[in-house]
Amino acid sequence: MALFQISEPGESPKPHDRRRAVGIDLGTTHSLVATVRNGLAVVLPDAQERPLVPSIVHYGERGVEVGYGAMAHQSKDPQNTIVSVKRLMGRGLADLADAHRFPYRFVQAPGMLRLVTRAGVKSPVEVSAEILRTLRARAEESLGGPVDGAVVTVPAYFDDAQRQATKDAAALAGLPILRLLNEPTAAALAYGLDNAAEGVYAIYDLGGGTFDISILRLTRGVFEVLATNGDSALGGDDFDHRVFCWILETTGLPPLGPEDARLLLVKSREAKEMLTGHDAAPIVASLSTGDTVNVLLTADVFTDITRTLVQKTLAPVRRALRDAKLAVEDVKGVVLVGGATRMPQIRRAVAELFGQPPLTNLNPEEVVALGAAVQANKLVGNRDREDDWLLLDVIPLSLGLETMGGLTEKIIPRNSTIPIARTQEFTTFKDGQTAMAIHVVQGERERVADCRSLARFELRGIPPMTAGAARIAVTFSVDADGLLDVAARETKTGVQAAITVKPSYGLTDGEIARMLQESFAHASDDMNARALAEAQVEADRIVAATERALAEDEDLLQPAERSAIDEALARVREARAGSDRGRLASAVEALNRGTETFAARRMDRSVARALAGKRVDAVLQESK
Amino acid sequence: MIDFSRNHFELFGLPERFRVDTRALDDAYRRLQAEVHPDRHAHGTDADKRAALQSSARVNEGYRALREPVTRAEYLLTLHGIDPLDETDTRLPVEFLERQLERREEAAEAVDARDARTLGAVIDAVRAEAGELEQRLAVELDERRAYAAARMPVRELRFLHKLADDLRALDATLDEAVD
Repeated sequence: MALFQISEPGESPKPHDRRRAVGIDLGTTHSLVATVRNGLAVVLPDAQERPLVPSIVHYGERGVEVGYGAMAHQSKDPQNTIVSVKRLMGRGLADLADAHRFPYRFVQAPGMLRLVTRAGVKSPVEVSAEILRTLRARAEESLGGPVDGAVVTVPAYFDDAQRQATKDAAALAGLPILRLLNEPTAAALAYGLDNAAEGVYAIYDLGGGTFDISILRLTRGVFEVLATNGDSALGGDDFDHRVFCWILETTGLPPLGPEDARLLLVKSREAKEMLTGHDAAPIVASLSTGDTVNVLLTADVFTDITRTLVQKTLAPVRRALRDAKLAVEDVKGVVLVGGATRMPQIRRAVAELFGQPPLTNLNPEEVVALGAAVQANKLVGNRDREDDWLLLDVIPLSLGLETMGGLTEKIIPRNSTIPIARTQEFTTFKDGQTAMAIHVVQGERERVADCRSLARFELRGIPPMTAGAARIAVTFSVDADGLLDVAARETKTGVQAAITVKPSYGLTDGEIARMLQESFAHASDDMNARALAEAQVEADRIVAATERALAEDEDLLQPAERSAIDEALARVREARAGSDRGRLASAVEALNRGTETFAARRMDRSVARALAGKRVDAVLQESK
Repeated sequence: MIDFSRNHFELFGLPERFRVDTRALDDAYRRLQAEVHPDRHAHGTDADKRAALQSSARVNEGYRALREPVTRAEYLLTLHGIDPLDETDTRLPVEFLERQLERREEAAEAVDARDARTLGAVIDAVRAEAGELEQRLAVELDERRAYAAARMPVRELRFLHKLADDLRALDATLDEAVD
């Protein structure tokens, strides 16, 4: 006899009622998309069962190709085949010490650099969005409908500009983004939940183009990042390049054209990969010049020519331990993440530094996407029984302001747990000064010129006073994505100036709107219909969340307050039935404003509950 | 939103003292974040999300202030209407300053001589003096409740922290030069 299944209130009853949530690892060389299925995180493969998508975009005669299809073009059409675009995200041309290594035609643009391709001038954000669109399509096909929410990972050492660029790329690809998650933290989550780990762990993450080290403390389901460090321009790509240089040196070849250079780089990568399981790798290639290459790279030579790269990863490890006020002996386990950690010389160096063999029982290429999927599943509101955990992450680089003499005043130090808000007071320098230029920077160096410039803005309308009399309060707020928002206020008169920091080389809202429009025109999609559908999904989400809140904490409201919220709810439902997007948006906005006091009281109740003396795991159980 | 009029000690349910039970502090911190962190409210209303962001930032700020003895002492003085870092009065005892100046010079010489052992000894000496200061502060603040009199040792402690940070940075340069 079939029994009816009755679900607990607040729990998702049936698999198809679950919301579609994905975790995306947008990597330098490979990207992946994963989801949680039947309580288990799994990578979604393509039709040929391949889990990875090479992060390669080819702008061809007949349209855009991404992944394996694009890979085939990289030696024949290198200028229109964009690889390792992650290295360009949020970067100006001046930031690229190694611009000559890329075969692309770069142009400087206000803000981020651009690439000249057959399909026109492209921002790295647009190129990344192509990869994300491919992953989104794969997820939608596999999950049977639109994605409700995505967590996209970024290197922990990415600065504000690089994070913002990644978030913009997700928006451009039509992915509703729940959170930017640091890659090593995602890996720690996947590893820690799988192994019921407790104690201090180091996550050593060497990807295709970025290096991160994070030190975490795992305590009863709380994953607390103590410190993070790294190098956002160091990865497996650099090892390929060392091999490439070695080939040129050994063979004495003349300078190569972009096609031959790309071909030899591909051969270099293949040799590097072969050396993971062999003592030597032959490198054979026929160049367009008629020259042939035929050399043998031994493991010893490979170790030798890449020694400085391996060493370059060890200094950040020591810095992170110092910032966490820990010694190597305090580390219980070291988890390796990223395809590049397959190299034996990396494993040896890590084992030697930590005095223990690293843990490698998870696939280093998949673990980040799997962790991201687990977090996405939770953030989107799917509740699984094993969901009692919490991530506490940090910002990797200090945030500050330029003061007199081109020096930096740090407002939020690196490794501060996010979210965080900090206010610092400044004053005027001259008598009668009525405006103040505020220059926001990120980095550890004392001189502003050595830090990354994020934004400049002006606070105007300061009433004229003698020098040093005005009180300008500058507030830095960093959200859970690690993104910064800056506000400045003269506290004597209340003159305000606020900005959300859009990095100087980021994209403007106008540019994003234009790119969105272009991409829709391209896909012959109807932008308005899409926008309405998105607004409706958002309205449904807000209505459901409000109803849930009312069911839980109704007693916090006076009858009059309750009926005001009911009324606002009714207006949203009414507008939801129609097709006027503006009307729906303002009804949702009114509901959001109308529930602020209620939300504040609910939060206060949570705090009281937290302090009622219960252990953290009990609270985590209850709040489900 | 959490009640912003509560001070950090009240927020974490701890007595207003310099000596704190750090395990109780850590535990309260995790319990509070388990309730207010934005990840816990990601599928809530926009008002929920804003309240979570502000509350979680407030909890982080309080934790940061209470976790380290020097910031905790500074915060206690502020609660009693004393500005420990008032820029119009930055005096420190002359012999204290002379002692630290000598340590700085000794450390600089050790770095020039690539002498990690001597540098380590200087760092240990600074730490030991900070530890003694903390003991003294515990008496001044928790037993004698002499907040105004504690201003000088709090500033000395702040100074020693800055010195220790600088020395550790020097130590790091020695370390990295070995690579």
